[in-house]
Amino acid sequence: MIKDQDYLKKIADICLSKSKKLGSTDASILVQSSVSENINVRNKKLDGSERSENLGVVLTTYLGKKKSSIASSNLKESNLNELVDRCIETMKITPEDEYNSLPDKDLHFSGLKDLDLYDETHLSNEDKINYIKEAEDEAFSNNKIVNTNGSGFGENKSNFLLANSNGFADGYKTSQFTAYCEVVSKSNGSMERDYEYTSKRFYNDILKPKDLGSIAADHAVKKLNPKKIKSEKISLIFDKRISKNFLSIFASAISSSAIAKGTTFLKDKLNQKVFNTELNINDRGDIKKANGSRYFDSEGIGIINLDLIKNGILQDYLIDTYNGKKINRKSNGRASGTTNLYFENGSKTFNELIKSEKKLLYIKETIGHGTNIINGDYSVGASGIMIENGEFSYPVSEITIAGNLNNIFQNITLADDLEFNYSTNSPTMHVEGMIVGGK
Amino acid sequence: MTSLLKNSELSLEKADKIVSETLNSCDDGELYVEDTKSETIVLDDNKIKSSNYTSDLGYGFRAVTGDTVAYSHSNEISEKSLKNSSDNLKSTLKNNSGTYNSEIKKTNQKLYKDIDPIESKSMKSKIELLNNMNEYARSKDSSVKQVTASLLAEKKNIEIIRSGGELLSDNRPLVRINMSVMVEKNGRKETGVYGIGGRQDYDEYLKNDNWKKVCDEAFRIANTNIESKPSPAGEMKVVLGPGWPAILIHEAVGHGLEGDFNRKKTSAFHDLVGKKVASKGVTIIDDGTIDNRRGSLNIDDEGTPTERTVLIEDGILKNFMQDRLNARLMNTKSTGNGRRESYKHVVMPRMRNTIMLGGTNTQEEMIKSVDKGIFAVSFGGGQVDITSGKFVFNCTEAYEIINGKVGAPIKGATLIGDGPSSLKEILMVGNDMMLDPGIGTCGKAGQGVPVGVGQPSLLINNMTVGGTQL
Repeated sequence: MIKDQDYLKKIADICLSKSKKLGSTDASILVQSSVSENINVRNKKLDGSERSENLGVVLTTYLGKKKSSIASSNLKESNLNELVDRCIETMKITPEDEYNSLPDKDLHFSGLKDLDLYDETHLSNEDKINYIKEAEDEAFSNNKIVNTNGSGFGENKSNFLLANSNGFADGYKTSQFTAYCEVVSKSNGSMERDYEYTSKRFYNDILKPKDLGSIAADHAVKKLNPKKIKSEKISLIFDKRISKNFLSIFASAISSSAIAKGTTFLKDKLNQKVFNTELNINDRGDIKKANGSRYFDSEGIGIINLDLIKNGILQDYLIDTYNGKKINRKSNGRASGTTNLYFENGSKTFNELIKSEKKLLYIKETIGHGTNIINGDYSVGASGIMIENGEFSYPVSEITIAGNLNNIFQNITLADDLEFNYSTNSPTMHVEGMIVGGK
Repeated sequence: MTSLLKNSELSLEKADKIVSETLNSCDDGELYVEDTKSETIVLDDNKIKSSNYTSDLGYGFRAVTGDTVAYSHSNEISEKSLKNSSDNLKSTLKNNSGTYNSEIKKTNQKLYKDIDPIESKSMKSKIELLNNMNEYARSKDSSVKQVTASLLAEKKNIEIIRSGGELLSDNRPLVRINMSVMVEKNGRKETGVYGIGGRQDYDEYLKNDNWKKVCDEAFRIANTNIESKPSPAGEMKVVLGPGWPAILIHEAVGHGLEGDFNRKKTSAFHDLVGKKVASKGVTIIDDGTIDNRRGSLNIDDEGTPTERTVLIEDGILKNFMQDRLNARLMNTKSTGNGRRESYKHVVMPRMRNTIMLGGTNTQEEMIKSVDKGIFAVSFGGGQVDITSGKFVFNCTEAYEIINGKVGAPIKGATLIGDGPSSLKEILMVGNDMMLDPGIGTCGKAGQGVPVGVGQPSLLINNMTVGGTQL
């Protein structure tokens, strides 16, 4: 069982009062409890079960502008006392940093908690096994699916309390239900794997098992017997599961930490045109039941909605207290990063997008870590499907795609098929003229 | 032997009893108890940005029968909690029954000292070191605009309690010193990253002002990249430098030779044992027994002593890397590759120090033989798709080769290749085998574990380079 707020509060009080007694001028603490249960199935047979119970505490103490942190999973009072001692000792010899402080009291969250982030539904292991077996059954009904890499179902419940010496103390429960199915297709000596994944706060919102299985099978079969193409400049269409990655890149490039240090290609771009004028990017933390929704960030600051890009123009950064001070800005509640980050829909349909040029390459998967936030260089491995005259023609693999994000961002056109499946979401994306490395 | 349970509400006798009673009707399993202390100190933007100390204690209880694994972990160490876990394992395996395999090899292997690298250097001197690194790196050139330096130390003590009361233990120190330098010149920004580390005290790695060399190297890479030109795109010859570029071996064949993917027949290598998978002269091993290396372990996380496992010998595929579960199901023995990130994670076959042994060629003759290609000296991360065999990695330092000569540095390009076929494309194996500086972390199924790699210079006939220059 996850611990209740009273238990978490008790742990927080022990640490906060002890740090005050030992001379810290300020302190903040996070106490977390979670229970997760996962089931793995492979080839329609139970492969494993995993149950985890996690407890944890993270304490940060301040002495004026000096700061230190400790974290532990051992919540016995004797251990906590020892750790607080250690934290205080370290804090005393750590140099001052003028930007260290607790967050601005006026920005503390103090509102209604009505976002529906917790579903108390509990599935027995049998129910989980049945769900995921049904998904694999459906995948295997496709005769080119010969094996699975394993499929799984997970249920996670957690509770936390965040408190600080300025009087903030709040927390709440969240839940997450996750299922994935990863299958292997085979044909004419070619073997490929692919997957489908669904994760929601409410059990009723996840994909139905049959859909999960059939989508995974369809992805894996469409990759079979790929060709390698010649190196060329070509426009790309990014499938929704890849296009959202550009939003994550964008988010890390406008974090106040990167902006303050100058380690981002979007430094000094505020109020400038970063994307083409049809594009809008929002970050909203208040969407009911959504994966990325939250009431406050990891400093206790209330989440406000941000229009990060309006008509292609950069309007704001993602700001926390520490880095905000460095750039003379107040926190906008993004110490834990973005919430529900998304591109607004474009004006073209998916079909219009794939028919917009005679020859397009549809990217379904990228591999590698080839994004350089500092200068915007982008180069990753990829696989996908060639589109000729608006029709999907043959799978392509072992290629690379490369460009610079400054150009890529300006050359994006979006379809009108946005869905809120993850915490970061994008419609299907067309990017004009990228360099494909192949034969 | 002292037990990690000594300060908990659970006695070793009680734990033994629950473990034996739970695992008696299973094929395998153990109670894994872990006590980890770690410390991270980061200097960023001219300031000590954070000092974090973490103390983590917990257990992972595993029962295996047939090919089904039941796992339960918690950081509440008590008889009640362990009994709950036991019930949970029994319920998963209620329809299976097995015979416990008590056999496990013993070892006196001592590859690193039982030291606490966190306590053996004072906080004051660690802060001083970071400040020195920052000042030294910034003093190298006015183009240095940003410096991040960090120190990470860990002491991980583990105990494995098997059915019947057998207790195996290992105390593992680990340190890492990292440096990242950003250089800005003529409106361009580039970074250079370098680090060192292993299973000894900080001071072993800091001898002879070695920290200056770490700063020098990070600056050199950044400064090289500031002059770089766009990378070519397309297929060409590639010369790989020695040492860290062996992450190519790790990605291209290492993962594909892990026992689980081969038992499940999802690896591109699963039916290739005894067959030629690499050029003649190519021998690849996975060695967990090199003194003080980041990927070395006295015993793996199931208690099996590590060993030097030959994976590919003179081009022929010899062995997979095994944990106990996959070894049993494939009728072979564990090679001591059963690893997990922590008590919160299940055991899987994982690499240790994966190394291609040296050959006879010189790097000079490799470069001379290339008309058009690239010379890749250092890499960032890599990734592989086990099933299709396709792998990528990202160059962080590379140069063009034109008419047998090393030319201008080129911008961060991705290299992509096919695991089973790329090793057959190796034309020359160098005589300059080198191990990496001790910085690798391998990710698999969401678990990160410290690993090492090593290789000599290599000439590869044909790889696809992902640049922007057609």
